[in-house]
Amino acid sequence: MDTRTYPNRLGPWGWIGGGRWGFERYLYALHRLTGLGLLAYFLLHIFVTSARVFGPESWARSMARVTGPLFTWGEYLVFAAFAFHAVNGIRLALVELGFAVGRPIEPVYPYATSVGRQRPLALAMLVIAGVIAIWGGYNFLLAD
Amino acid sequence: MADTLKQVVFRLRRFEPGKDAAPHWEDYRIEATPGMTVLDGLWKVKEQHAPTLAWRSSCRMGICGSCGMLINGRPRLACNTQLTELGTDVIAVGPLPNFGIIKDLVPDLVPMFETHRDLMPYLIREDVKEQDDPTGEYWQSPHELEQYLQFSYCIKCGCCMAACPTVATDPAYAGPMPLGQAHRYNSDTRDGGFAERRKVLEGGRGPWRCHFAGECSQVCPKGVDPAKAIQLMKRDLVVDLLRLHRRRPAAAVAPTPCGKRKDNIPAAPARTAGATAK
Amino acid sequence: MRDRTLWTWHLFAGVVILVFLGLHMTIMHLDGTVRVFNPAPGEPIGWDNVAARMQSWFFAVTYVVLLGAALYHGLYGFRNILLELNPGAGLRRLVNVGLSLAGLALFVFGAWVALAAPGAFARMGG
Repeated sequence: MDTRTYPNRLGPWGWIGGGRWGFERYLYALHRLTGLGLLAYFLLHIFVTSARVFGPESWARSMARVTGPLFTWGEYLVFAAFAFHAVNGIRLALVELGFAVGRPIEPVYPYATSVGRQRPLALAMLVIAGVIAIWGGYNFLLAD
Repeated sequence: MADTLKQVVFRLRRFEPGKDAAPHWEDYRIEATPGMTVLDGLWKVKEQHAPTLAWRSSCRMGICGSCGMLINGRPRLACNTQLTELGTDVIAVGPLPNFGIIKDLVPDLVPMFETHRDLMPYLIREDVKEQDDPTGEYWQSPHELEQYLQFSYCIKCGCCMAACPTVATDPAYAGPMPLGQAHRYNSDTRDGGFAERRKVLEGGRGPWRCHFAGECSQVCPKGVDPAKAIQLMKRDLVVDLLRLHRRRPAAAVAPTPCGKRKDNIPAAPARTAGATAK
Repeated sequence: MRDRTLWTWHLFAGVVILVFLGLHMTIMHLDGTVRVFNPAPGEPIGWDNVAARMQSWFFAVTYVVLLGAALYHGLYGFRNILLELNPGAGLRRLVNVGLSLAGLALFVFGAWVALAAPGAFARMGG
């Protein structure tokens, strides 16, 4: 049966267009965003820090290129992104290996899902990530 | 009591293939009665305003899985959704996203069913003769039943596929329903087809594109929790890769009881089909 | 089943990064409260501290490990995002091959920087 259908896939909007359903979808979108940000920073970081092999003057030149408030704030953003990505990553590693999702159960309404089961873990991880981000922020202010 | 009836607006996504270039929203005003579900509302709209409106429904009691739709931005079963539960005066109903639209509220579920079939959602065993012509039951304890029972409640409504962010972009990904059902059979002790299903789960099809957004389990109307099934499947596959745990062979056939019957119990009727037929 | 293997390595690399990048972040960005591996006074990125770490073989080796793990973990994640956008067969191959080559090239360069550090430092006169 050849049924020509009108395409209706959500596309990348489906990655963030969850809205009112559950906050794990936002964690998933943020995890992707921070991952991309960290990757971009990392690739540049390899080149910026390679200058040290050529001596103190080369190092100073390289560092001069990345000074200024924009770079300082940018670096803090990278630190905060790392805090979130690492801690959420621990949660994802645990969950995706089948820990913290609970055992198969008889579904009795209102249903207790694996998402609900790991919710305390997700909240605890967010708190830990927040603490680390604040700790790093305090350090950045100290340095300034 | 006519004076307690409320007016609600059903905002429906209409699409007539061959006539419309693209789907568009249309509003229909109907009176809401107490206990009215979205499905009841659709019937009223069809009766009073839009005789050509098309959708799928059957049992109207949340067990057949036909009436999955996008209701107020969330995939739900229309028959299971009370208007009062939604709490809005405008009820926006569209077809399930991530499937092609055949007409109006009718999604094309064929790709999902084809993927489901490719993952072999049936018992695979070496003793094919026994399966075709059973001589007895398979042994299974209540604990073993519990390992897959939850996932067997799936009614194939497609709500999970509509909610999944990966299905939203990637047609190669199998999706929560087929993967959940593959795990339902992998974790059934009567099944011996793990190695065969593993082959089908290679590449972009398998559970590796799941990143636990958890939306599938949030929207599942039967509490099947496909997200849990997929994470448990990943665990099974990694344990298999690292050879940490050998899989047990498929459950054995329980021999038919052949002890002496008590005198006051009548004999069982004679078998009329199969290998041991009289 | 290749994807299964790649994914398992992705998780393992994540754990490695957690340890080593965690250490790196502590050295660089938590020096006000927890000062480790910053023997000289002043900023962690000041030449004195950078030079101190350049002499150490511990850092040379762990930087290479961190580099490999981070490149694999990051590029595998990026590859997944790109492939989930459903490119055609040709683009798919380009993504797989291109990212693998880019990763390899960056690893070779970065590993050279890390492993050349102690020797370069010695040649600079210490």
